[in-house]
Amino acid sequence: MASQVGESADRGGPVRWPVLIAIGLLSSVVGIAVGLLIDWFPVQASGQAKPIDTLWDVLVIASVPMFVLVQTVVLYSVYKWRMRPGEEELDGPPIHGNTKLEIIWTALPAILLVSLVGYAYVVLTDIEDARANSMKVRVVGEQFAWTYYYPSPDGGDKEVAASQLYLPVGRQVEFDIQSKDVIHDFWIPAFRMKVDAVPGVTTGYRADPERIGDYPVVCAELCGLGHSTMRSTVHVLDPAEFDRWFRTQAREAEESQ
Amino acid sequence: MTTTSVLRGPGLVRAGWFTLLGIAFATALTVAIRAAYGYELLDGEAITIVSLIAAPLFFLVGIGAFDEWFYWAAGRPTRPDDHSSHGAHSWHDYFKVNTDHKVIGIQYVVTSFFFMLVGGLLAMMVRAELAAPGSQFVSSNAYNGLFSVHASLMIFLFIIPVFAGLANYVLPLMIGAPDMAFPRLNALSFWMLPIAGTMMTLSFFAPGGSFATGWTAYAPLSTEVPLGQMFFTIGVQFAGASSIATALNFLVTIITMRAPGMSFFRMPLLVWANFSTSLLVVIATPFVAASQFFVLLDYALDFNFFVPAEAGDVLMYQHVFWFYSHPAVYIMMLPGFGIVSEILAVKARKPVFGYRMMAFSLLAIVLLGFTVWAHHMFVSGMQSWIRVPMMVTTAIIAVPTGIKIFSWLATLWRGVLNVDTPMLWALGFLTMFTLGGISGVMLAMIPLTIHVSDTYFIVAHIHYVLFGGSLFTIYAGVYYWFPKMTGRMFDQTLGKVHFWLTFVAFNATFAPMHLIGVQGMPRRVADYPEQFANWNLVISIASFVLGLSTLIFVYNMVASWRGGPKASSNPWRSLTLEWQVSSPPPIFNFDAVPTVVGGPYEYGVPGAVHGVFKPAGHEAEESRPEPEPARAREPAGAVAAGSRESSTESRE
Repeated sequence: MASQVGESADRGGPVRWPVLIAIGLLSSVVGIAVGLLIDWFPVQASGQAKPIDTLWDVLVIASVPMFVLVQTVVLYSVYKWRMRPGEEELDGPPIHGNTKLEIIWTALPAILLVSLVGYAYVVLTDIEDARANSMKVRVVGEQFAWTYYYPSPDGGDKEVAASQLYLPVGRQVEFDIQSKDVIHDFWIPAFRMKVDAVPGVTTGYRADPERIGDYPVVCAELCGLGHSTMRSTVHVLDPAEFDRWFRTQAREAEESQ
Repeated sequence: MTTTSVLRGPGLVRAGWFTLLGIAFATALTVAIRAAYGYELLDGEAITIVSLIAAPLFFLVGIGAFDEWFYWAAGRPTRPDDHSSHGAHSWHDYFKVNTDHKVIGIQYVVTSFFFMLVGGLLAMMVRAELAAPGSQFVSSNAYNGLFSVHASLMIFLFIIPVFAGLANYVLPLMIGAPDMAFPRLNALSFWMLPIAGTMMTLSFFAPGGSFATGWTAYAPLSTEVPLGQMFFTIGVQFAGASSIATALNFLVTIITMRAPGMSFFRMPLLVWANFSTSLLVVIATPFVAASQFFVLLDYALDFNFFVPAEAGDVLMYQHVFWFYSHPAVYIMMLPGFGIVSEILAVKARKPVFGYRMMAFSLLAIVLLGFTVWAHHMFVSGMQSWIRVPMMVTTAIIAVPTGIKIFSWLATLWRGVLNVDTPMLWALGFLTMFTLGGISGVMLAMIPLTIHVSDTYFIVAHIHYVLFGGSLFTIYAGVYYWFPKMTGRMFDQTLGKVHFWLTFVAFNATFAPMHLIGVQGMPRRVADYPEQFANWNLVISIASFVLGLSTLIFVYNMVASWRGGPKASSNPWRSLTLEWQVSSPPPIFNFDAVPTVVGGPYEYGVPGAVHGVFKPAGHEAEESRPEPEPARAREPAGAVAAGSRESSTESRE
């Protein structure tokens, strides 16, 4: 039995805290800089994109030091206290715990996490905020295409159908999302918003298009063999242009019936 | 042996013709019922579905998993209950029903790694298809099948059972027990695994291709696709039943069969980890069984659970499914936590820092693990208020996980770090799992998840958790206990090469997935826009290196098992009980029942001992002739009762 527990040794001298902290800080700063410089997101084309991207930046800033902390301790321990020739029979000092330390690393992460959650909640209410004068679009998914239904221009029941999504810039749109067959997911990466299209349920979200241009619409929920081809485009137009498109579309829809 | 005795005796031959008998039975049953209802008699789909349920049961009877119970029920003489089938004398014995936990442990581990290699091969095919945009060499339906079977095999046939296998081998040894509490149930649990794995793998031969709805099998897609889906739906039932039975076995073993003196707070953390995992399995796994029964009933018998027009509820599937499948993440993680705690203490030559908090944090994770399931459903269209409490609990569950990571770091601090192969994997786990944990905290934040759910960010996260987390601990554990399980040493150099190659290729494969996910590449797609082409090529090349690195491991294990140098009983100078017996251990584990007199990790404490092989304070009674081996050969129940009394005493 004696061979299983060696002589306890405290080797390597004192921990050089200033050096260790300097390395940790430097790595954190570099890591955060790299994390913020990487071009993570697609273009910001909606009012929702900005707060979400900022949330990401905050999460990167909070995460990098955590990761650096773990890395630094692991690498420093291996560097300073790895077993060297002749030390095969030695043991480390029998430290069983440290209540103060354990309270700290329970409480501090808890506080950090709860604050991040609080912030995320603020962002959530922000991006889901309803604005006046929004327009409604009913989005219907089926294997493997989206169809968009706009309210009738004269206020009647008859909706105007379109196979591509056109939106006016600067006006909130409220999507009512439905599915005819299986679950799909209506995702506009440039808007940062998505939700499943669920058979039997109407789901939805709001988005504020803020940038004129064409952006991909992607089905993000596996919906069968054509799932990867279930892509289309959203055209965000200048309001006057949108009105022009909408009038034409409404007329064509009428004529085709 | 005569031909008749081979055909009639338990074993693979009888299992083979019993399986055919099962298919015949299923056919006859289906035809009879269809005749009674006045349907067209022959329906290939119906016969296949009934066969998928019946044939495995016939297989289990054929292989001999029920022999003992049938003999007993029929009033015929049963084989003496003395573990006479213990031990494996040749490799043939691994293909038979065996009640020895050490044989079953190896059966589990080898079977799981077999399916891991199959699943890995499927992943290579996935990456080959994704190496460039457009369609390379599989149709999009075949592609959906590849990643679905990959994930299902890796989760249900590799990570979950390989942990059960490792624990099967070492846990009874660690607590000083001669076997698991229910050895025959243990054998039955094992033999359900190859059934589930074979079924899922064979789905590729089903008409219409394999199941292609992801391992999540969301309804109503899964109730509308071709027959291959049923190979998942029914296969999961066998894998799940196997898990549940093993978990019950672990719980009873841990509660009742600890050696005298082994109080709960003297248990090694691997035992704590499997105790917690088993609680999760017993409570959660029935839910995935339920979710798949719903799918089966909808698919085969038009029950309309998930048909909105018939008052079905589509979202209900996801709630039931994730009520299992989130705890399942911890089922796939907690045993690894246990393995790492063992290895770090032994290899850093220090007690585990904050042992009690390590044990309590496992229990905290068990509890909290049941409160976070709907964070998988932030964009599912469920009632939006549910998201907020789930966000809070998901963030909070990082606290006990953080306690574990910090305690492991503190265990390293000032130790004498022997950075050999198992230690490298344990340290690799610490760093990579931290990344997986960090992206997990990010994913708790609803606004971010709205954007990145169902993207490659999720693929990256899950692989950092299950590959960088679970698989790294599995490698650590396999290397660590390899000398004990085989009696041979593995090649340390090859082990280190394996680690570094895997570590680098793993990061090159999965780190870029974070980026392309946030940039907008959805997961589970056979084709993708040109803008993601470069990164996907890098990922594919790295993944092939990752795949090849596995071969080093396979070679090292096979070659070392056949011809490695003989291992001593305790090459790592570990205190825990499994290292106090020979490598491999004697057939009944302990020639003398150990008495536990101290904690399992008292490294550096002068004169510290975890277990002694004489009853403490009863030296006088020791003079009885050969009392301990006789005791070890008593039926498991008697030993269980004995140790229960003793452990009660020791707590008082």
